[in-house]
Amino acid sequence: MAWLTEEEAKKTRKTDIGPPHYEQFLPPVIKKNYGNWKYHERLDAGTMVHVSNTGDKVFTVRVASPRILSTETIREMLDIADKHCDGYIRFTSRNNVEFMTPDEKKVEPLKKDLKAKGFVIGGIGPRLSNIVHTQGWVHCHGACTDASGLVKAMMDELFPYFVEKELPAKTRLALACCVNMCGAVHCSDLAVVAVHRKVPAIDHEKLKNMCEIPTTIASCPTRAISPDPAKKSVKINDEKCMYCGNCFTVCPPINIHNPEEDGVAIVVGGKIGSLRTGPKFSKLAIPFFYNEPPRWPKVVAAVKNIIDVYAKNARKHERIGEWIERIGWERFFKLTGIEFTYQHLDDFTFMRDTMRTSAAFKW
Amino acid sequence: MAKKYDTPLLDELEKGPWPSFVTEIKKAGKKSEMANDELGQLEKSYRTKRGYWKHGGIVGVLGYGGGIIGRYSSLPDEFPGVAHFHTVRINQPSGWFYSTKALREIVDIWDKYGSGLTNVHGSTGDLVLLGTRTEALEPIFAEYSSRGWDLGGSGSAMRTPSCCIGPARCEWANIDTMEICYQMTQRFQDELHRPAFPYKFKIKVSGCAVDCVAAIARADCSIIGTWKGKIAVDQDAVKWYAKNRMDINKEIVDMCPTSCISYDGTKMTINDDECSRCMHCISKMTKALKPTGEKGVSILVGSKAPIVVGSLLSWVIVPFMKVQPPYDDLYGFIGKIIEWWDENAKPRERLGEVIEMKGMRSFLEHIGVPAQPQQVKEPRKDPFFFWKEEDLKR
Repeated sequence: MAWLTEEEAKKTRKTDIGPPHYEQFLPPVIKKNYGNWKYHERLDAGTMVHVSNTGDKVFTVRVASPRILSTETIREMLDIADKHCDGYIRFTSRNNVEFMTPDEKKVEPLKKDLKAKGFVIGGIGPRLSNIVHTQGWVHCHGACTDASGLVKAMMDELFPYFVEKELPAKTRLALACCVNMCGAVHCSDLAVVAVHRKVPAIDHEKLKNMCEIPTTIASCPTRAISPDPAKKSVKINDEKCMYCGNCFTVCPPINIHNPEEDGVAIVVGGKIGSLRTGPKFSKLAIPFFYNEPPRWPKVVAAVKNIIDVYAKNARKHERIGEWIERIGWERFFKLTGIEFTYQHLDDFTFMRDTMRTSAAFKW
Repeated sequence: MAKKYDTPLLDELEKGPWPSFVTEIKKAGKKSEMANDELGQLEKSYRTKRGYWKHGGIVGVLGYGGGIIGRYSSLPDEFPGVAHFHTVRINQPSGWFYSTKALREIVDIWDKYGSGLTNVHGSTGDLVLLGTRTEALEPIFAEYSSRGWDLGGSGSAMRTPSCCIGPARCEWANIDTMEICYQMTQRFQDELHRPAFPYKFKIKVSGCAVDCVAAIARADCSIIGTWKGKIAVDQDAVKWYAKNRMDINKEIVDMCPTSCISYDGTKMTINDDECSRCMHCISKMTKALKPTGEKGVSILVGSKAPIVVGSLLSWVIVPFMKVQPPYDDLYGFIGKIIEWWDENAKPRERLGEVIEMKGMRSFLEHIGVPAQPQQVKEPRKDPFFFWKEEDLKR
């Protein structure tokens, strides 16, 4: 590829052009049948076919990616797309990669080449897709766990549910490395979210030079922060702080990080689609695990347990949240053997909506 | 390049059947000292259970206030390769389709100037290039923009809009998500590149209520394709599903939330007046069922993750709006939404939070939308309602 000289760069540099128009990147069969698809069928855990009203077909093979991709691995994908897919490729909203071809005869050779290169085929239909996750220790200043490592450990364990084994319905996993939740953790079937458990420590010397005090005070959702005029700084009311870390985001000298007391929680029962029942938030299942890199064995075991219990007990097409609503949360805790704690009771904003107001419940 | 660090903890994550991000970082490390130091610093994080990145600094390219996220290591002497490790967000094409030629160009440029590490894609939808130095940002931007690529949004700005695959490869798309998303991104270029908002503003477009881009959970403005006519039933295809071992009564009829479907063992009947268009039956019997009639969008607003005052799902504001190219009505309407939010929000307040603070009525009146029963799950429970002078005159 021809690189730009400084002169050329100045001349050809453009702003505000937006992304290229997608049409030039559509495989010919997609361009031809745009808006004219009739139905699709799932052929196996990683293959589907879409059929157009014209009779044209497009076969899609889906593979996993670890989200962090080296340029080298992307080139390997592109070589395969050049060989089997007329030079087109697409990615999904959950970091999977899709290889498409109109020619049924090309599907098996495509899969063979993908497998030979070590790509994992799956993620379609009533099973696990890829885990949506955040940057973690790899790249984020606010992370209180690693995202990629924990995801890798979870997917190693749940691997059969991606490549083959069916679940009652599609199951969407997510992981966020702090409560900012840059992934869709608050509305996933099962998600891991990293949490703090200690009131942050304030470096008063740094604070007075680095932070705007009104903004810092305003950043607290529970009004736990007040001015400390003597120190030209702020103070925190320990009883009101619930360790969200928002103050740290606007004012780094308020250090929320505490490697010995930070860890992760597991939430369950969220969904996004409006099918059958409305979209739902994820709710707390397990309030805390210590970080245990590199493989977080206790977290992985707890996740696997919940997925296995769901697989055994839910009805066909029931998402985790729908299954729990049918059987009741008290039954969910019993079936999974998860301990119910004070942390499960909402004392932030939603208590009035979440406490039980009926004398009918299960033992 | 040679291996630089021993990484016994991270090496554990190269075992097992799922693709390994550690292998990816090592692959990039063969060519890039930055990637090697990323691995070294990460091993230290695994040892000490903490991150070593500072808050992002203000870095960018000339004329833009966003699109680059500054990132500096807090251990620059120990890991000089990641002393600067900025993120470049490239605005993805609608639906995440690429030609191999275009994507090769993208990775070639990145190998020249950056760490060789990417996220394809980040959570908002951008193609994320992970790790470069401040002095490389201008050359990077010149190379990309000269070849037709632009940066995405970051900071308190319009964030890069994203959409589901829509009509490109989905029979359920009620609207042209890909074109709506492309044109919208073009229309809001200034808002996207020059942060002038109280906080971030996200827009996502899904073609139906299955909502494959999670618009209802992850966008201040969630656009969902829908329809107003009947669901057409192909009775031959219904028979095909019955023959292929689908228990239609159990899986479809009993699971319909409005009980508007009946099946007598041969024929399926839908009482369309009672259908809430949830997509359950259509998604399970896609060969047999198809929405017909007028197509358009439902517009919902306000969803966000927990920071600052708890997570929200988007609320229905406009139950149905007809949309057609060039979509001026839709974009104008979104402009009005943003205007109200921008006027009323404190710093770091998202749209949903401001509506809660100022009241839904204030918002609806500004954008010219009447109150309608489709907007609520149930009417209010308390008797403390406001009256305005004009209400009393009615």
